[in-house]
Amino acid sequence: MFNKTIKKIASEEAQSVPQGVSQWRLIKRKFLKNRLAKSGLVIIAILYTGAIFAEFLSPYHMDTIHDQFVQAPPQRVRWVDNDKKIHLRPFVYGYKKERDLNTFRVYYEEDRDIIFPIKLFVRGDSYKYWGLFETDLHLFGVEKPGTWFLFGTDATGKDLFSRILYGSRVSLTVGLIGVFLSIIFGTLMGITSGYFGGLVDNIIQRVIEVLMSFPQIPLWMALAAAIPPQWDPIFVYLGITLVLSLLGWGGLARQLRGKVLAMRKQEFVLAAKACGVSTPSIIVRHLVPNSLSHIIVIGTLAIPQMILGETALSFLGLGIKAPMTSWGVLLSQAQYVRILLHAPWLVIPVFWVVATVLAFNFVGDGLRDAADPYSI
Amino acid sequence: MIRYIFKRILNAIPLLFFVSIFGFILINLPPGDFLTTYLVQLSDRGTTVDQATIETLKARYGLDRPMYQQYFMWIGNFLKGDMGESFGLNRPVNDIVRDFLPATLLVTISTLFFTWLMAIPIGIYSATHQHSWKDNLFTVIGFLGLAVPNFLFALVLLVGGFTIFGNAPIGLFSPEFVDAPFSIAKLIDLLKHLWVPVLVIGTSGTASLIRIMRGNLLDVLEQQFIQTARSKGLSERIVIYKHAVRNALHPLVMQLGMQLPEIFSGAAITSIVLNLPTLGSIYLTAVQEQDMYLAGSFLMIITVLLVVGNLIADILLAVLDPRVLYD
Repeated sequence: MFNKTIKKIASEEAQSVPQGVSQWRLIKRKFLKNRLAKSGLVIIAILYTGAIFAEFLSPYHMDTIHDQFVQAPPQRVRWVDNDKKIHLRPFVYGYKKERDLNTFRVYYEEDRDIIFPIKLFVRGDSYKYWGLFETDLHLFGVEKPGTWFLFGTDATGKDLFSRILYGSRVSLTVGLIGVFLSIIFGTLMGITSGYFGGLVDNIIQRVIEVLMSFPQIPLWMALAAAIPPQWDPIFVYLGITLVLSLLGWGGLARQLRGKVLAMRKQEFVLAAKACGVSTPSIIVRHLVPNSLSHIIVIGTLAIPQMILGETALSFLGLGIKAPMTSWGVLLSQAQYVRILLHAPWLVIPVFWVVATVLAFNFVGDGLRDAADPYSI
Repeated sequence: MIRYIFKRILNAIPLLFFVSIFGFILINLPPGDFLTTYLVQLSDRGTTVDQATIETLKARYGLDRPMYQQYFMWIGNFLKGDMGESFGLNRPVNDIVRDFLPATLLVTISTLFFTWLMAIPIGIYSATHQHSWKDNLFTVIGFLGLAVPNFLFALVLLVGGFTIFGNAPIGLFSPEFVDAPFSIAKLIDLLKHLWVPVLVIGTSGTASLIRIMRGNLLDVLEQQFIQTARSKGLSERIVIYKHAVRNALHPLVMQLGMQLPEIFSGAAITSIVLNLPTLGSIYLTAVQEQDMYLAGSFLMIITVLLVVGNLIADILLAVLDPRVLYD
């Protein structure tokens, strides 16, 4: 035990902070040492790339209905065909439809005679990329009339993989916008509360207390139900983000208040005051930058919470509405055991949810450890 | 001690008052009111309602009065023990609460016990065997528990139960036991069903508690009194359990107050998926149909339970650590 302490002190000296390196560079250096956090960052980058290039990366348009292939299982990508011949280009087998004579249920079986090679840069459904220019180029896919459903299709015959990519636009931005809004609100409230103290502080703290004494999801449900269903989907989307951010600011405000309470008696703030710097300027130029690392950490850890919140609300039918889609909307199709037993691939979107939540948590934890670069 | 408890209770009263106002506003937020929804339902069934009936209904529920009067009517009756009438279910809310509250409490309390019983031993193990493969395994499971949405976990368990046992453990009782009087067989049947929601709701809470327990214990183990205890020649078991763990438990008790809302949140969604007879499962329809007395009562009851839970946590903390009494 004693040895350990000595070692610790020794390593402390060895790692003593180099002179002339800015705090942000130190944070970056420490963050990049954390492998888990780094891999989280890579996953997040991949997910957002998928969302940005959704139309191009997905083989089909999200609304294309393949009415011949309703609830078709995923088509396996193969290299070796039935005659043990190895193909240089991966391919999928076509489907033939069968009907179970006992249950009258349609099921799909691979037709080993039909081969659709998977190609890069194929022409398929036309789309307007970001509403700017029209094209029908897709990164990969099979040529018509072939089909390739990487993750199968849903009950209306839409390609699940394409819908996951399109849906990530909603699911991944809800958290970002929501956190952005709640950070602005939380920072404002927390700093005001800590800096002024007294009555203002008291009122803000009581409001937070009331907000935090409700369980989150039932409150989100009540608020989400208040969004009129006849609204345009884009407004429903904005409404949901607002609902999610409305409850998220309390925790941040509380923590910032504590930090500001400690800071406002420190010399640099007193000096600024003595120099006649105005209060808004003290807040914006001195208090906010000094709490920024704190704000970023709390914000990063709040994003996965909001993503899970949106998923839950959409799953219950209180969130995002068609024609928009999100991971929660996709998962809501898997709501019944009966359906899940026949179409287990409908739960695939959950892997996206889990990957996102994990990645943000890793990054958030890494940031938290790095945020105070002067400690070891 | 009594003064401390009294002070805490006194603090809770204004909080509950504001919570009730906020809850009432929230429930009334959706455009239109329940009467419109109700009338639409009636006309869907082919019943025509004349103006006089509408007026009587309006007067009965106080809908013709301004908002603040409606609030005081509602909260006044609530305090007298009358929670109003559910429009969706056509029953007094009191009856519904009486039917659904026991299951709600059962699920919540069992989950709470589950999280603590799991988290403390695992947390102790993880801290005393830091960076061992089991510690890392618990960390991974913990992260997954936080990342997998509750409802999906529930679904996966249902499908698993269905494929392995041939029937999905939906609800709290098998059909033949739902109305049966209490018996040992019924209790066993209950336990067979209860583990699913408890596991589903409890996992994420357990995950975060393990991390807190592990972190605290690691901090405590670094302190000098532990070193002293070891140098006195005490056995490792006494050092850990008598000296370290006791001092690492306080923040966990403080966490209790934060944990209850999480459990209620998780229970609400899980109940809907698993079709449990809890208040959470009827809350969704209540919110959608603007069944305002039912939804409002749910929010109020949950908050009262939370406040009571916090009170218990505070008292427990004062017992464990009398220092909190003197600040």
